[in-house]
Amino acid sequence: MGLFGKLFAALKKTKDNVATKLRMLFSKNKLGDEFYDELEEILIGADVSVTMAEEVVEQVKAEAIDGRIKDGDFVTDLLKDIMQDILDEAPMPEINYPCVIMLVGVNGVGKTTTIGKLAHYFTAKKKSVTVAAADTFRAAASDQLSVWADRAKVRIVKHEEGSDPSAVVYDAVSSAKAKKTDVVIIDTAGRLHVKDNLMNELKKMNRVVEREYPEASFYKFLVLDATTGQNAVSQARAFDGAVDLDGIVLTKLDGTAKGGFVISLCGDLHIPVIFVGTGEKMEDIALFNSEEFVEAIL
Amino acid sequence: MALFGSLAERLNHIFSKLTKRGKLTELEIKTAMREVRIALLEADVNIKVAKDFIAKVSEKALGQEILQSLNPSQQVIKIVNEELIALMGSANAKLEVSPKPPTVILMCGLQGAGKTTLCGKLAVQLKKQGKKPLLVAGDIYRPAAIHQLQVVGGQAGTEVFERGTQSPVKTAKEAIEHAKRMGYDTVVLDTAGRLQIDETLMQELENIKKNVEVSETLLVVDAMTGQEAVNVAKTFNERLEVTGVILTKLDGDTRGGACLSIKAVTGKPIKFIGVGEKLTDLEPFYPDRMASRILGMGDVLSLIEKAQQAITEADAKKKEKKMRENTFTLSDYLEQFEMMKKMGGVSALMGMLPGAKLKVREEDIDEKKIERTRAIILSMTVAERENPSIINSSRKRRIAQGSGTQIQEINQLLRQFDQAKLLMKHMKNGKGKFKMPF
Ligand SMILES: Nc1nc2c(ncn2[C@@H]2O[C@H](COP(=O)(O)OP(=O)(O)OP(=O)(O)O)[C@@H](O)[C@H]2O)c(=O)[nH]1
Ligand SMILES: [Mg+2]
Repeated sequence: MGLFGKLFAALKKTKDNVATKLRMLFSKNKLGDEFYDELEEILIGADVSVTMAEEVVEQVKAEAIDGRIKDGDFVTDLLKDIMQDILDEAPMPEINYPCVIMLVGVNGVGKTTTIGKLAHYFTAKKKSVTVAAADTFRAAASDQLSVWADRAKVRIVKHEEGSDPSAVVYDAVSSAKAKKTDVVIIDTAGRLHVKDNLMNELKKMNRVVEREYPEASFYKFLVLDATTGQNAVSQARAFDGAVDLDGIVLTKLDGTAKGGFVISLCGDLHIPVIFVGTGEKMEDIALFNSEEFVEAIL
Repeated sequence: MALFGSLAERLNHIFSKLTKRGKLTELEIKTAMREVRIALLEADVNIKVAKDFIAKVSEKALGQEILQSLNPSQQVIKIVNEELIALMGSANAKLEVSPKPPTVILMCGLQGAGKTTLCGKLAVQLKKQGKKPLLVAGDIYRPAAIHQLQVVGGQAGTEVFERGTQSPVKTAKEAIEHAKRMGYDTVVLDTAGRLQIDETLMQELENIKKNVEVSETLLVVDAMTGQEAVNVAKTFNERLEVTGVILTKLDGDTRGGACLSIKAVTGKPIKFIGVGEKLTDLEPFYPDRMASRILGMGDVLSLIEKAQQAITEADAKKKEKKMRENTFTLSDYLEQFEMMKKMGGVSALMGMLPGAKLKVREEDIDEKKIERTRAIILSMTVAERENPSIINSSRKRRIAQGSGTQIQEINQLLRQFDQAKLLMKHMKNGKGKFKMPF
């Protein structure tokens, strides 16, 4: 199965449910309050933020005033268009080389695993890759990354546990510069976005890259777990405030969670989704596709 | 989220024009419940759970007399709050103990929920109770997971039993034999994170339970989980008969509505909450605190308790006396900083205050600045701390040099200290509100 095929298969069941639900609802209730409430709940049920769900429903209502809405299927299509327009408000950046990619996020979302996958993704494109173990805090974090570096057959820069993460970044960037490496991927320790001291540490790593390697393109991606709820928006706001995010990696889409919060991230914060993670293997990564994503939510 | 103001603020807004007394009308309840619904959904309470909850609360609220002491919005909050607390059950931090040792605790949950760290936290807790725990490495899939447990076990001062990547069922059996031989009374089994729809891995857990006698099956759930919490909890509970739930990462700003969803679908008690990355950051679950958190009303109770832990009563009496006599010095000021540190830093404290979340940002409270203030006071002589008025410009130069700061910063600190003293005088006179002196 193709990468998105897998995602599709997992979500198809729900998809049928929603379309059928809307059809039924429409036939018994036309366009009353109950219908719109149900619409809103479908979106919130996919973890679309409450305010965004309200906005989308308002847009559907506006169309209804024009009398264009004839049946449930029309509503489904309309919803898809609206959501896709919002997602496309944040265009995906072009990846230029040489580049540095830094992954940030709260604890356990899948940063280190994603780095393994990205290393594989770029080597498959015939790019040279170095990974930097700048999570010097969590127990055995650099061992975990070493295993991924072995699997993807890429170079790793690491220091002792407990050492300064910025020093790891400095080393990785300097050696990448000397060796003319195409892609440097930096792993960072998971941190809750409300902890100022840890966010400051991240800013410091950010400054090291900017200062030491201005000629490289620098991308900062926030890794978000699709199982997360409304808190994802708060996470994105905080990390964006600290390091100015360039994109999102949405992981664990092989589960049944939808990650609907990314609509707010694109619409309100203008941060595009770049990659999606669909499993625990090295190959389980794909570029984000807004059309397929919306298709999967509804 | 705090962005939209707390439920209390929103309800106040609705009821602002309503000053009458008497019973709550149906329309009033309906309007109020729309707000409650939004508050619950923003807190990640599952939609179905929220619906059921609101139906139940509306029924209760209808025709209730508004208490003399409350306004209508407080009345609604009181009812909602009470129902939430009732639904979440009582505080229950007890772990089952097997009559025939060792007691076996099985940890399970999705990937990245925080199981491994939690194993270490439980070990620390058990040891504090005089128990002898053994940790068992059952995550044979994630790279370096075994090593992670070993490091955590080392920090907790607990042996970690591992058999490489051999089947976790076999490892569990061997670990229990080992425990019996070595006199361990509690065995904590760490397992790999897994999706509830992963048939093979769910069977693996069922197999462990078939082969060893498990006293506690603890489902570990990330407090930031959204609507999916219901599916996760339902499946794990159906297949493994979960005996308790642990919520992790509650030190963030999530409202934690997942907790209500899980409780509603499993009926199982929430036993502990994880509130930080240190192995001591494990707390009992208090339904009343969780209720106000879900409603976005801040964890005021936790804040009070933390403050109480950090300031012993004797300390407090001494301070109070000093304030009364107006002999509060820079040394006391320094002590206050130390106390703040003990309480987890200013940002941790402010995070627990209702409505403070978005307003207090790093620009306002700079932990670095506080560190510098500390450094300045530490560079002063005792005489200077006790009587700041003697600090002239040559003393200031010396202090600046000693603390690696600027003279302006010292001036600023002295000004702030004066203000703080003034403030305390006001407080003593019962005027003015408590305010952080920086
Ligand atoms: N099912 C699934 N699991 C994933 C995915 N990505 C990561 N994981 C799993 O999630 C768990 C945590 O992943 P890590 O990569 O260690 O997460 P992290 O963000 O680096 O964690 P910390 O460094 O501890 O903050 C591991 O068990 C991974 O195998 C995914 O796309 N799907
Ligand atoms: Mg990691």
